[in-house]
Amino acid sequence: MESLVSVTLALLLAPLFPGIINKTKAFIASKKGPPLLMKYYTLAKLFRKGSVYSTSSSYVFKLGPTVSFAAALMALLFIPLAGVEPVFAFHGDVIVLFYIMGIGRFFTIAAALDTASPFEGMGAAREAFFSTLAEATIFTVLILFFRMNGSLSFADYFHGDNPISLLGPAGSLLLLVIVAMFMVLLTENSRVPVDDPQTHLELTMIHEVMILDHSGPDLALIELGAFYKLFFYSAFLTHLIQPFSFSSSLVQGLVFYAVMAGVYVAVGITESVMARFKMNLVPKYILTSFTLVFFAAILTMGFVK
Amino acid sequence: MDNLLQIGNGEAVKRSAIPCVDIETFGAVLSGFVRNNGYIVQFFAYKQDGRNTLLAVVRNEKLYVTSCEVGATFPSLTGMVNEKFHLFEREIAEQYGIKPTAHPWLKMVRYHKNYQGSEDVFGNDYNEEIPGRYDYFRVEGEAIHEVAVGPVHAGIIEPGHFRFQCAGEEVLHLEIQLGYQHRGVEKLLPSVPQKRMPIICEAIAGDTAIGHNLCCCQALEALAGLAVDPGAKLVRTIALELERIANHLGDLGALSGDVAFNPPAAYFGRMRGDFLNLLQVLCGNRFGKGLVRPGGVAFVMGEEQRRLLSAKLDEITPEIEHVCDLLFSAHTVQARFEHTGTVSRQMAEDLGLVGYAGRACGIGYDARVVFPTECYAELPANTNAMTNGDVYSRATVRREEIMHSLSLIRLLLKKPDTTEEAVMMTENTLAGDSFVVTINEGWRGEVSHCVITKSDGSILRYKIKDPSFHNWTGLAMSLRNQEISDFPLCNKSYNLSYCGFDL
Repeated sequence: MESLVSVTLALLLAPLFPGIINKTKAFIASKKGPPLLMKYYTLAKLFRKGSVYSTSSSYVFKLGPTVSFAAALMALLFIPLAGVEPVFAFHGDVIVLFYIMGIGRFFTIAAALDTASPFEGMGAAREAFFSTLAEATIFTVLILFFRMNGSLSFADYFHGDNPISLLGPAGSLLLLVIVAMFMVLLTENSRVPVDDPQTHLELTMIHEVMILDHSGPDLALIELGAFYKLFFYSAFLTHLIQPFSFSSSLVQGLVFYAVMAGVYVAVGITESVMARFKMNLVPKYILTSFTLVFFAAILTMGFVK
Repeated sequence: MDNLLQIGNGEAVKRSAIPCVDIETFGAVLSGFVRNNGYIVQFFAYKQDGRNTLLAVVRNEKLYVTSCEVGATFPSLTGMVNEKFHLFEREIAEQYGIKPTAHPWLKMVRYHKNYQGSEDVFGNDYNEEIPGRYDYFRVEGEAIHEVAVGPVHAGIIEPGHFRFQCAGEEVLHLEIQLGYQHRGVEKLLPSVPQKRMPIICEAIAGDTAIGHNLCCCQALEALAGLAVDPGAKLVRTIALELERIANHLGDLGALSGDVAFNPPAAYFGRMRGDFLNLLQVLCGNRFGKGLVRPGGVAFVMGEEQRRLLSAKLDEITPEIEHVCDLLFSAHTVQARFEHTGTVSRQMAEDLGLVGYAGRACGIGYDARVVFPTECYAELPANTNAMTNGDVYSRATVRREEIMHSLSLIRLLLKKPDTTEEAVMMTENTLAGDSFVVTINEGWRGEVSHCVITKSDGSILRYKIKDPSFHNWTGLAMSLRNQEISDFPLCNKSYNLSYCGFDL
């Protein structure tokens, strides 16, 4: 029951946090920026609208938003949030989860290709390429965690008796993982320096260009799914950053969401202090994150036994 | 320099003084001139006494004019001599139905019927709407894909069609098709009362209102024999420089935004507004519309305006320096700007690039220095050190021009000259059978207008050239072997005019 409440809270709060990124960016640019609740207004607007479908697209196009939304939603069912157990937990759930998210991406890409637009094909190619590289980092992190914790479940990683923590025996290795996972967060969620969520320039887009043809509720589902995905990665990072556990679940929850807000602020600051990479530098950037965690994994072979 | 008449910028000459040679000599004279480091300012057709005439204004350090009579065809110089003739010859074919034979890429420029109702050179049916009705240069191959962008774009920008031939992310060729904003300005101008001409010229390209209108007014002044007092010249020069600063600042901000580096984009956007507001201080319009009129300016710059201008310049100059430092010293920005969209100096010379696009490639030409009008003869020239021809060079040239223009305005504000009185638009009698060409360095580069009058002083032909006419091809060449994702950045580094090209 507590898990369900926690997940529901997360589902409701997810659109709030991107507002923090925008507020941070606006603050650094000396602007007021859109209201904190902007994403809610946008979603409300989109859900009230109808969807427009091109005559040249098929059911694959309509399937894309639903499946990708469902996949992103699943992510929040598997990860402990605010010190509460996840709804689902079993041995190997981490692998299942990342492949469920892979299914979501597959359908987004298929829907993009279904439009037969040259833009969307380009975006799909970029998304497929870059996320394949990011997968290398993610699975190396899982290998590392397995060596540290001996488990293959988010519940055991972040919630159980022997959680992975900065204060643990191999805590210092987590510093590398935190940096690498932050890089993956930026990649997987189409943030600067990999993608620019604010641009109107189709030729430079990765994620945004794939959803150009979606409208109304379909677009709302895609947006909401993107918020959940970002929420999932931020929660993942929050667990790594915040090592303390508190007896009061209320304090635990508040600290969790405060640290999480800090992750979003960090995204906003990153986006304000750097420009995007040239497209051909993005693979190097992602592989840097892989190198970091691979190095950490090598270190576990010697020191942590 | 046989068969070429040397003329001055903004000086009317009698049409009878312009050499009129036969077509072979004309071709030979132009090829000789262009091969010898010469550039084309204007090259167009008009009808005189029932016969088609070609007229060319060319420049090296001086300005020359020559002309020839032509039948239904003339031998193209594009493939044989130089690419500089390319668009001019296509334009002649489109406007007057005179076919350049052996032109390597004979295709319409703006998609409209020719002026004299003769048979269409391109075989187009102009009752059909333009989109999609043209062939493109194609690259064949299994790995090649074609990306068509526009004419309707995301964002509030003008319409233009871009056709990319790509191998993966790499662009092999880009072809740019414009003409969606064609309004028939050149045909319209001779038919309207004189008092409407400056107003129309201010609308040729909204961001170059001062530049184009100045060309128009100088031409009318030359033909009507009007003198402009020093105070009015001062205001016109300040206005042209304010326009330059506002646009350069806006573009630096947009460049910053295109690489997702947000803070300078926000700051520059605000500063652009500050300079538009200074134009409003001068004349009540943020784009300087209604300021320049034949014979002077329509608004007197008084003590209060001078004070407002000086105070704002003192306040904003350090801010501009600061934000420029922020943009140009960011490593991630440098990584995006450097070696992106490079045009070699040789290529730039072959294409005849003008303005900052040319200066970023090492072509030093600045019309303010070579053919000074208004107050420019007594003002110092700008020099730019960065000439690599990439986005970084173009951005740096603009930065240097902003700082230079700020110092020019400060120098001008120190001059005591004031306008005696504001001029109103009046109908002037223009000299008959005359020809005048005016050149000004608009913010994008060389803006030029040509006016040819009939014997009764009415206008026979009005020809306009926006610097974009030269530079669009430069953008296309910038994209060769670049990543397609860098197109918006290259495009913004030129920021060419669609409507200035489409006329």
